[in-house]
Amino acid sequence: MNQAEKEAYLREYSILKNEGKPFFPYAVAKDSAMAVIVLLVIIFLSLMFGAELGPKADPTTTTYVPRPDWYFFFLFEVLRVIKPPVWTQLATIGVPTVCMVLLFLLPFYDRSPERRIERRPVALTAGILTIMAMAYLTYSGANAGSISVVALKAPSNLTPSETATFNAGKLVMGQSGCLACHRLGDSGNSAGVGPNLARVGLYLKPAAIASTLKNPTPPMPSFRSIAQQYPTKFKDLVTFLSDLQ
Amino acid sequence: MPRLPTPPIPKVLQPKPKRPGQNGNGNEHGSGKVSPAEAAQEAGVTVVDWIDERTSLSGGLRWLMFRKVPHGNWFYTLGSATLFAFLSQTITGVFLAMYYRPDATGGAYESMRYIVDDAFLGQFVRGMHKWGASVMVILIFLHMGRTFFFGAYKYPREMTWIIGVVLLILTLAMSFTGYLLPFDDRAYWATIVGVNINGTAPFLGPYISDFLRAGPEFGATTLSRFYAIHMLLVPGLIIALISVHLYLVAKLGITAPPWTKPDEEPELDVAEV
Ligand code: HEC
Ligand code: HEM
Repeated sequence: MNQAEKEAYLREYSILKNEGKPFFPYAVAKDSAMAVIVLLVIIFLSLMFGAELGPKADPTTTTYVPRPDWYFFFLFEVLRVIKPPVWTQLATIGVPTVCMVLLFLLPFYDRSPERRIERRPVALTAGILTIMAMAYLTYSGANAGSISVVALKAPSNLTPSETATFNAGKLVMGQSGCLACHRLGDSGNSAGVGPNLARVGLYLKPAAIASTLKNPTPPMPSFRSIAQQYPTKFKDLVTFLSDLQ
Repeated sequence: MPRLPTPPIPKVLQPKPKRPGQNGNGNEHGSGKVSPAEAAQEAGVTVVDWIDERTSLSGGLRWLMFRKVPHGNWFYTLGSATLFAFLSQTITGVFLAMYYRPDATGGAYESMRYIVDDAFLGQFVRGMHKWGASVMVILIFLHMGRTFFFGAYKYPREMTWIIGVVLLILTLAMSFTGYLLPFDDRAYWATIVGVNINGTAPFLGPYISDFLRAGPEFGATTLSRFYAIHMLLVPGLIIALISVHLYLVAKLGITAPPWTKPDEEPELDVAEV
């Protein structure tokens, strides 16, 4: 908007404002009616659905299906749905960040003085696409398997200490979100971008697995930080993966 | 002293001038007696006057309450509905905090059990807090959608929008940190995965994750940290930012619906901003 458009807007607005009614009591009455509705809805939901409390947190299990609250489904889904490889690693992880920045800067790149949505085709399309994308992602997130469930028994030919390492590695895998992209046996994301890891130990040596984790091909993110910060955890993870045969 | 003009309140609420020979409650004029009702009214006025003499609040309140608002529609109530959901969360949250203990090694889960199973109305209040969070998230998105489709973020309300986006992020941060507190299996695993995914975000991701976990490991202090963030840090920020947001809304005026046009030609002396 240039200076003339700004002034024109302010002039028109001050007339519209003067034709309006005082905030108290007119707007206050409407707002209060809405507040009562909100309160009734919350009370209704609380009475209808209550608040269940699951079993106590157990850090040693990975078979539990964790569900974030439903309004985070779309964020979790973004990670899984985006199908590279045309898109780079930055696109995979940076999409939420980019969306956030676009949202912040909206008033600065949309500078036209037009406010009626039917005359803002770009904004209308973008708005509707965003709503549809979020609805779709929430829906598919609600129906997707959890990404921290690694439902897998240790092979029976392992010694007890090897079994312990296997389970430790399984835990690391569950916590690292690998199954957002990979499938492992019956767990993980069947629509993921990464290969199924159920037999990865057959065709990759431990050293190869370790170097994949540190220097992966995009879009898989690098897990070098695990290797640097927790060498044991990293070793457990690699051992676990090479036991998958 | 110059008098402020009478505020434009509707007819029914305006004080009626007294009939001659009447002083408001049927007493004869000049009888010298003061009825209790009159005395109470007088006391109230005195207290308000006393406060106003020292704070000059009434001018600001008049400005806030009697400012004119263009003819809107029900979509314009979504912002205050969000505010109300936030207030409901604060109140139910205070009651939960009376029983909750942020102790991961024994206490957090047990105190939640106590709230849900034993405390008077505990499950109801927890349910209100839990579902209230969903309601607030829905309302904030609807409110954002309203301001987006109405073009309300355009000049001169850009700041209102930007502060709104920060409020959106903070609201989501509230749900994320609150989710861990019951410390049941679902809370624990969803949070671990959430923090780790967050850690893969560019630039700040790993730092935020370390900050949330209170160190590289998900441990006993993580819960207290989530508790402090959920109870002090983020609510404080939200309250501060809502205040600025609302100040800007009052200062700049609420947009008129984009399809409305002024009825008549402007008279020169009505331009009041
Ligand atoms: C963002 C999605 C993504 C995530 C998260 C991810 N990966 Fe991958 N991973 C991939 C893709 C895509 C490939 C295939 C790369 C290629 O073609 O070389 C891959 C390849 C691999 C391979 C080599 C398999 C093969 O057949 O060559 C291993 C092993 C592996 N990933 C393990 C892991 C582990 C362990 C984790 C968790 C710590 C993980 N990945 C997390 C996407 C991901
Ligand atoms: C805690 C969250 C929030 C609260 C309590 C809140 C409250 C309000 C209220 C009461 C209004 C007055 C007009 C109306 O009700 O529509 C308003 C206006 C506005 N809000 Fe919010 N809001 C919040 C979040 C947001 C978000 C997330 C955005 C967008 C990103 C936003 C952008 C705006 C804008 C642009 C206006 C000016 C609208 C106009 O003048 O027509 N707000 N807000």
